[in-house]
Amino acid sequence: MTTESSMQTRLNDIVRASHGRLVAALSARSRDIAASEDALSNAYRAALETWPTQGIPHNPAGWLMRVAKNALIDASRSALGKNRSSLDTETGEPIEIPVAAQDIESEAMVDDRLKLMFAAAHPALDESIRAPMIMQTVLNLEATEIAQLFCLPTATMAQRLVRAKTKIRDAGIPFSIPSKDEWPARLNDVLEAVYGAYSATLNEVLSSDSRASESLYLADMLGALLPDEPEALGLAALICFSASRAGARFTLDGAFVPLDQQHPQHWSGELIALASSYLSKAQTFQTLGRFQLEAAIHAVHADRRRTGVTQWSAIVQLYEGLVHLAPTRGMLVSRAYAIGQISGVEAGFAALQSLSETVLNSFAPALICRAHFHETAGQFLLAHKDLERAIELLPDGKEKAHLVAQLERLAAPIRLSRI
Amino acid sequence: MRYTFMLYSKESDFVNVAPEAMAEQLQVFGQYIGALKAAGVFVDTDWLQPTSTATTVTLRAGSKQVQDGPFAETKEQLGGFFVVDVPDLDAAISWAKKCPAAQYGLVEIRASAMPSGQK
Repeated sequence: MTTESSMQTRLNDIVRASHGRLVAALSARSRDIAASEDALSNAYRAALETWPTQGIPHNPAGWLMRVAKNALIDASRSALGKNRSSLDTETGEPIEIPVAAQDIESEAMVDDRLKLMFAAAHPALDESIRAPMIMQTVLNLEATEIAQLFCLPTATMAQRLVRAKTKIRDAGIPFSIPSKDEWPARLNDVLEAVYGAYSATLNEVLSSDSRASESLYLADMLGALLPDEPEALGLAALICFSASRAGARFTLDGAFVPLDQQHPQHWSGELIALASSYLSKAQTFQTLGRFQLEAAIHAVHADRRRTGVTQWSAIVQLYEGLVHLAPTRGMLVSRAYAIGQISGVEAGFAALQSLSETVLNSFAPALICRAHFHETAGQFLLAHKDLERAIELLPDGKEKAHLVAQLERLAAPIRLSRI
Repeated sequence: MRYTFMLYSKESDFVNVAPEAMAEQLQVFGQYIGALKAAGVFVDTDWLQPTSTATTVTLRAGSKQVQDGPFAETKEQLGGFFVVDVPDLDAAISWAKKCPAAQYGLVEIRASAMPSGQK
């Protein structure tokens, strides 16, 4: 006899494993993400009602798909008020959606997920909504969670997600793999959105199992869906490297630990190995790209687990490449930090000059980097000033708490110097 | 799906255009229409007189019923449109990119909201 709560747990497991695929398969055919999600919710409710008495079907995902598909057809019929389905306006015939177990894993379904990602990160959608769309449709995150990650009120985020789904449906944004000439730009939009979705979750409780598994799910999916795209593999490697440090990023009390101070023993060797394999696979194509370079930088850091030291000169070289390909202010700061590590603070200060004065005084990572250089040079007052400004700029969170503690440590030598 | 391309451009760019240049434009647009027709996606098109000739009508309370001039004064004005019937937005975008008006102005793409029975 299965109890209600264990049935709920079982269904949750099935939903976790299949939701993204089911949404993808349903929306690729209906072109209506919101309606597909509603239909799936109906199917989950139906499962909770019927499975306790009739038993869990042999192929639960297939069962859910069939029920959801019928709900979708019913909904579109009643919406049109006639016995024709929007699923196929030409013939009125419901479109075949595969239900067999092997189909859920088949190539067609893999394609559907890719199609959903191309729709969710379509250039006709505002750039700021693409990562949230990937988070909701592919990772099945709640609007509440996504809103928190992007520091927005839930209602605002929920409304933007609804608007994006409505646009996809009403503007006829296709669920299809773009043509060859559009492919590079469009793939880049998808990778950027996945990266955005990943980085937004990074500073949250990534150490929790669900976050780590979601990141891996993303990496795995990229690797599986796009095995011939070096940048997709590069991003998969980047995500795995970063996820490998999830256990070391926070202390047991939840305090933030910067990369330099993390114990490599707390990194996951298994994930580092997986990341390395994605990266070497990417490098066989011999086309350089931003995500591969970033992953390579992570690889150098990961090497500290094996060698005990960080090869800063290699990191500087990789940053030179990155700055050349895609110069962002974040990269310029990281490059300056790495230069400071090998050539001393004077060289570090000089490298920071590649940023404008405005950026230097209003971009928290730049201020934190400069504070580090000042501190190394024994200029504690200047370090204190930069750090204070950085703290003002940062949103509340674990990194900010870490910097506040660092500010207090800096205050001690300043007090001493005044005696 | 049926899409309308609304062609926006600066009218000032077309004041005192030489007849040869005008003839050339007509030919370029003619070729585009030919391509749309050959692909079987062409529905309709029209090119409009400048907004200086526009008349705006409304029966909304509190407004003059008929008045001189366009509805809105904007930097770029609606100068014409195309209606095409293509499978999805990507196909519409790819045709809009080929539209000669995209070279010097903007092409806004909007899908039809009319129920399919009424078209």
